Formats: sequence, C-alpha cells, structure tokens
Amino acid sequence: MSDPQIIMERPAGMVHAALRSPSFMIGLVLTLLFTVAALLSFVWTPFDVTQLNIANKLKSPSATHWLGTDAFGRDIFSMLMVGARTSIAVAIVAVGIGIVVGVPLGLLAAARHGSLIDEFVMRTNDLIFAFPALLMAIMITAVFGPSALNAIIAIGIFNIPVFARLARGAALSLWTRDYVLAARVAGKGRTLISAEHILPNITNLLIVQGTIQFSLGILAEAGLAYVGLGTQPPLPSWGRMLSDAQTMIYIAPNLAIFPGLAIVLTVLGLNLMGDGMRDIFDPKLRRAR
Amino acid sequence: MSLLEVENLSLSIRDMPILHDVDLKIEAGEVLGVVGESGSGKSITALAVMQLLPVGSAWKGSIRLDGNALETYSEKQMCALRGNDIGMVFQEPMTALNPVQTIGDQVAETILVHSGSSRREARRIAREALNRVGLPPEQFPLDRYPHDLSGGQRQRVVIAMAIALRPKLLIADEPTTALDVTTQAQILKLLKSLVEEDDMGLILITHDLAVVADMADHIAIMKDGVIVEAGETVSLFRQMSHPYTRALFEASNHVPTRNPDHGADGSKPVIEIDSVVRDYALPRRSLFSAPDHFRAVDRVSLAIMHGENVGLVGESGCGKSTLTRAILALDAVQGGEIRLDGKLFSTTGEGPDRQMRRRVQVVFQDPYSSFNPRHRVDRLITEPFFLLEKQPDAEERDARIATALSNVGLQPSDAHKYIHEFSGGQRQRIAIARALIIEPSLIILDEAVSALDVSIRAQILDLLADLSDRLAVSYLFISHDLSVVRAITDRVLVMKAGKIVEEGRTEEVFRNPQHSYTRELLAATPILDEALRAREARATAE
Repeated sequence: MSDPQIIMERPAGMVHAALRSPSFMIGLVLTLLFTVAALLSFVWTPFDVTQLNIANKLKSPSATHWLGTDAFGRDIFSMLMVGARTSIAVAIVAVGIGIVVGVPLGLLAAARHGSLIDEFVMRTNDLIFAFPALLMAIMITAVFGPSALNAIIAIGIFNIPVFARLARGAALSLWTRDYVLAARVAGKGRTLISAEHILPNITNLLIVQGTIQFSLGILAEAGLAYVGLGTQPPLPSWGRMLSDAQTMIYIAPNLAIFPGLAIVLTVLGLNLMGDGMRDIFDPKLRRAR
Repeated sequence: MSLLEVENLSLSIRDMPILHDVDLKIEAGEVLGVVGESGSGKSITALAVMQLLPVGSAWKGSIRLDGNALETYSEKQMCALRGNDIGMVFQEPMTALNPVQTIGDQVAETILVHSGSSRREARRIAREALNRVGLPPEQFPLDRYPHDLSGGQRQRVVIAMAIALRPKLLIADEPTTALDVTTQAQILKLLKSLVEEDDMGLILITHDLAVVADMADHIAIMKDGVIVEAGETVSLFRQMSHPYTRALFEASNHVPTRNPDHGADGSKPVIEIDSVVRDYALPRRSLFSAPDHFRAVDRVSLAIMHGENVGLVGESGCGKSTLTRAILALDAVQGGEIRLDGKLFSTTGEGPDRQMRRRVQVVFQDPYSSFNPRHRVDRLITEPFFLLEKQPDAEERDARIATALSNVGLQPSDAHKYIHEFSGGQRQRIAIARALIIEPSLIILDEAVSALDVSIRAQILDLLADLSDRLAVSYLFISHDLSVVRAITDRVLVMKAGKIVEEGRTEEVFRNPQHSYTRELLAATPILDEALRAREARATAE
C-alpha cells in the first residue's frame, strides 16, 4: 500500500504550527487586543467612567471622544475598556466552571455507563436543564444580591450540564474503540483511561463548545445586566451599555454599535482561536500541507 | 454491442491521477470480476460508471451503456439512469439502510422515484423484489425495520432495492466482505441466479480471488489504477501472465513456513480454560420479574500448550469475542475458571490477578481504531509496561522499544512517529509490537489479519509464524476465515452458539470434519482451485 500522504519527517512543533495557522493568529490578536484593553483599564482610561458630564452628552465620535459619549456624557471608549473587564471575566470564569466541573462529571458518567452514578449525574443534569437559565440566574441573584460574582456563578452553573453531556456523549463512543480495550488489557483503570485516552480525543469538541459557551456567557451577562441583576452601576458592562442604548437607538446609534461590535469581535476572536487550537492539538492536522 | 463498454478511462482527483486508461467490457447475462487490493481504483471505477464521483474529479475516455455515451448525459439524465438501468450494492449492509424507515418503504422509494407509478403499485413491485431475493411475505412483511434483520437479510434488502426495477447492469462493491462464510455463499448464489433470470450484467468488485473464480466469467485485475491483466476466468488463472496476478494468487494461498513441532506432547499448558460460562443480562420483561440471561459462552473448556498455535473458528454471534474478553479478564465469568501457567487467573466472583495479566496480550482486527491517534508510537507500544511492578528506566525502555519494533520488521526510529503516518499493514505490525513488548506467553489474535489486503496479510502471517518459532509464544487465533486458520494453526476449535462443537489437529479437521456444522462451514468457504476445476468441467460438458 503506497500512501503518498506518508511523509517521513518529524511533525512540526506546536509553536511552529500555530505561527502558520492564519485563523489562530487573527483570533489570538483580537483576543489579546481586548485582554490588553481590559487590563489597561485598571490603571488608565482616557476619561473617568464614573464622572458624569451632562453638558457633554450624546457627542458623535471626535478627536477627544474617539467613539463619542453616552446620555450622561461619559466617554464610550473608556466605558468599553472597563466593560471588557466584566464581560470577559464573567464569560471566562463561567465557561471555566462549566469545563472544570462538567467535563469530569461527564467522563465519570461515561466510564461508569449504565451504573447508578451515571444515572445520578445525568438526571441531575436534566434537573438543571429543566429550569430556564435566566430564571435560575434571577433566583440566585435575588437571594444573594445582584453583583458580578453572583452573575458569574449563575451562568457557570448552567454551563455544567452542557459540558457534562457533551463529554459523556463523546466519551461513550470512544469507550468502544479498540485502543481503550488495549489499555484495559494493559491493566489501566477507568480513571487513567479517561485521562489518557478519552480526554485528549474529545478536546476538539470541548474547545468548539467552549467558544460557543463563551459567547453565550457574554450575552447572558448582558441579559442579566439588562434586567439589572448583573454588574451594578456605575461600573459599566457591555451588556448594560447595549441595554441603555436601546431607548436612544435612533438618536445615537453609536451607543449601541460600539458595544455590539466589541462583543462580536471578542466572540469572533475566540472562535477563530478555538478553531486554530483544535487543528494545532490534532497531530494529524498539524502536519504541513 | 456490449452492455457496458469503458474505454481509455483516465481519472484524476484534484490533479492526482487515480485511473489510467481503464478498459472494461461486459455483456448482458455475464459476470465481470474486478479484483484488486485497497487503493487499486476498483471502487472509483464503479463510481465513474455511476457518475457518482467525488468533488474535484475529472475524467476522460468513454463510458457507453447500451451504446449511449454517458459523457453526454446531464446530471438529471444520470439520475434517471441510476437505480433504473444501473443498480448498486454496497459493502456494509449495516449502514446501507435507513434505520427509521421500513424495508418496504425503502425498496418502494427507488420505484416511486423512477417509474412514476402509484404508491400501491410501487409497494407491489417492492414486495415482488423482496420475494425474489428470498425474503418471503410471511416472515418479512413490508413494515419490518432494518434492526429486526440479520446482516445477510439486510444485504438481501439492499439487493432488492438494486434489482427492483430490473436494471441492465448491477454493480456489487464487496457485497459479501462483511458477512459470514455461510451467508456469503447464500448471497453469492442469489446474485448468480438474479443474473441468469434477468439477463443482467454484474460487475463484482472484490479482493477475494476465490469468490471471483467461482462467480465471474471474465476477470480484470487492477493495481494502482491500471488494469494489469484481463481475460476469461479459467485461462487467466491458468496462465497468469502478469507478475502481479501471480503475486496475488500466491499471497491468497499463502502458507507460512513453520517449525512442525509445536505443542508437542508433554509440554506444559499456557492457558487452561475449564467450563467457562458467560451470561449477559437481557432487558427486564416487567418491573417485578428478574431479568433473563443470555448464555453467550456455555461451559467452554480448552487448553493451549507452550508455543502452540490454536485456531478458534465460528461465525458472528457464536460467542468467540465474548470468550476472548473473558480470557483477557475484561469481563468477569459466571462459572468455571481460567488458569494461566497453572495458576488461577480468573474465576467466578473474583477479579483477575493484575500480576498475571501481563502474560496475555491481544491484537485486534481494525488497525485504524487500535491506537490513540494523539500518542506517538513509543508511548503506544509501551502501554503494557503499566503492568510491570517496576517501570524500566529510560535506557532500558528505549532498548525494549527498539527490540519490539525490529522484531516486527519496523525501524527503531519509527518510535517517534504518530500512528497516522503508517499504513494498515504497518499499524498491525505496531499492534503486534505492543502485544510483544512485555513478553507474554499467550497472544490472542482477534481477526488480526481479516482487515488486511491479501499481500499484506501474507506478510503478517509470515511475521506471526516467525515470531512464534523464535520467541516460543502461543497464539489463540480467532477468525472466521478458514483458509487463514488452516495456514497458521496446529490445532483448531469450532464454536457454535456458545459451545465448542469440534476440536482437533488442524489438518485432520479440515480433511475429515466430524460435526455437521464444520462440514457446512467448509462447504461454504470458496476455494480457488475447486472453483476453477468446476468451471472447466462445465466448459467441457458444454
């Protein structure tokens, strides 16, 4: 059997592959851009976002106010920088909670497929799924008070079943592979097999789902802020900026456009980076074309 | 005028040449066998005739069906032709049917699309087609679903779909490769009778020389997109003017040279299996009754001597895979005991002894799913080291990897490659290296050569014979392919419905089978020489 694809050379390293993947590089640049802006906002913003200046309200973009000002005369560019902090933090931590808790649960359920543990994990998942996410988030924030932290926890909890289900479904099909059987013949236990053979082979799915959940997280935070349960004023968040802009969409469209663009670009950046990462982690796709 | 004439067909996919000047010709009522190994271009030739080529393909040459040049046909005209004038049967009956549609609807669908007849009329024709392929209305009403049917029955439904409109040409791409030998014999017989009844042309694509020798009137042998030899079946096999034809012929009858004194009397048994029972729980019938059991392995006893190669033969569902899993101690047994080198390994209620696990290793059938694609070869083949109490240091580990790889005919430098860089045959070598690396006394080969091309299979059989001679390792060779078992084993066991029905020295069992089931299996196995002799006898009689 002659396979022309077999190139007898060591596969290029991950860094090398990363540099050659355009989607990964674009995604990385976008993500870095917003992260740097968020970090920079801790020490410097062009204007103070807590300072109201009613005389200066609803200005169009200009040399002083690059993206214009809002109904209270605050600088939109500065607000976006500060808002990036909350939006990105909420989304990352919420996805993080989902992955850190959900994936091991899913792997456990798959490893013990058909057992009581499997039933318990999956039925608990169903229970969480049965409540509308926003309703549950409202409940949590109503009990513990509205704050960014509570928004994170509420959104994070709803990411757990998403990842648990995904991990279990993908893992179940991998458990029937011969290489898993070979590992069992080598005496390896379920935990070790899950870590060594199952997890690495479902990372591509997790990365894709992670980027989707990340964008949903930003939107969920925006939704919670919209009903007044997320980040509290005067601290801005992209979601609240959008909801505040709603009433003035015809007078000052820039109020909605710029936070909207920020959300779109962040999500796009993360999705591109996720795609690139998936290719880089896969030894088969890493090979030079 | 021939039914189908393919002339100078050259084809490339994304500028990579696949076929070169392929010529084929088939008359009505005739069977043309297209033989070749994987990657030879035999399936793509069939797809070219159907004009179902993958995106990015470009072809030139001429394909004429009944004198009509297909290159002038539009896609819409081709759609009218497919299923109507040309039918096709695929290899995998398990995925060729839609699981949520009844068999009647699926057969009727082709008829509805082409004939414009009413739904009732279509169902009547579907019924007729199913009757013709041996699925009578009493047992197989139109409203049955594919999951109710066995693999052979599903393949019959697929054939019914293909012949429902009595096409002039039927293309069967490895139609029996996924089936058991006795089912294969039935399906081949069915295809032959359909060809005669309808005066249809049949293109039979296969890798199995014995099957084509039995079925085909003419044969074309393909290699790397070229037809290297073509002609009338008997004269082609008697002359074999092309070296590749000879190589294929020799590979498919290959018997590796082995030391004759395996399993001599008085040597110690490596494994003793004593009336082992494996039950599966069936789903509960009602909430209050205990679930029933299905006995997959029923009090099976066997022993394998040091250095002996034992074959275990049986059809799918006979319990041979379940028995394998029990021997590997992947599942607990419900009765009996398994002893390794005289020491108890696995018995009812008790888990296997971890320390003993290293004495049994396994090689699986599918070289493509046997390895974690994310690990390099060195990590893959050292996985069994997990069973050692003390992990070898880096130097010893490298030395053992190098030994294992060179034992199976690979380079020590291959250790740093990923598995996708290897072909199927090379992967199977790596699987054997993984089994060998902790020096087990028994290796279970679960259909280990079934997925390989004949020439690769011959090489792997040679390798296995050589390893068993050199390292005195015993094999339990599980297979449905009787000719392979005959080539490599000293002793053979025949299994049916969870029981061993016959056991004996391989040659004696093959020469003089005692049990009726063994005789049935042997009769169903296509044998090249016998098929050719029968063909010649028929020719002289006429």
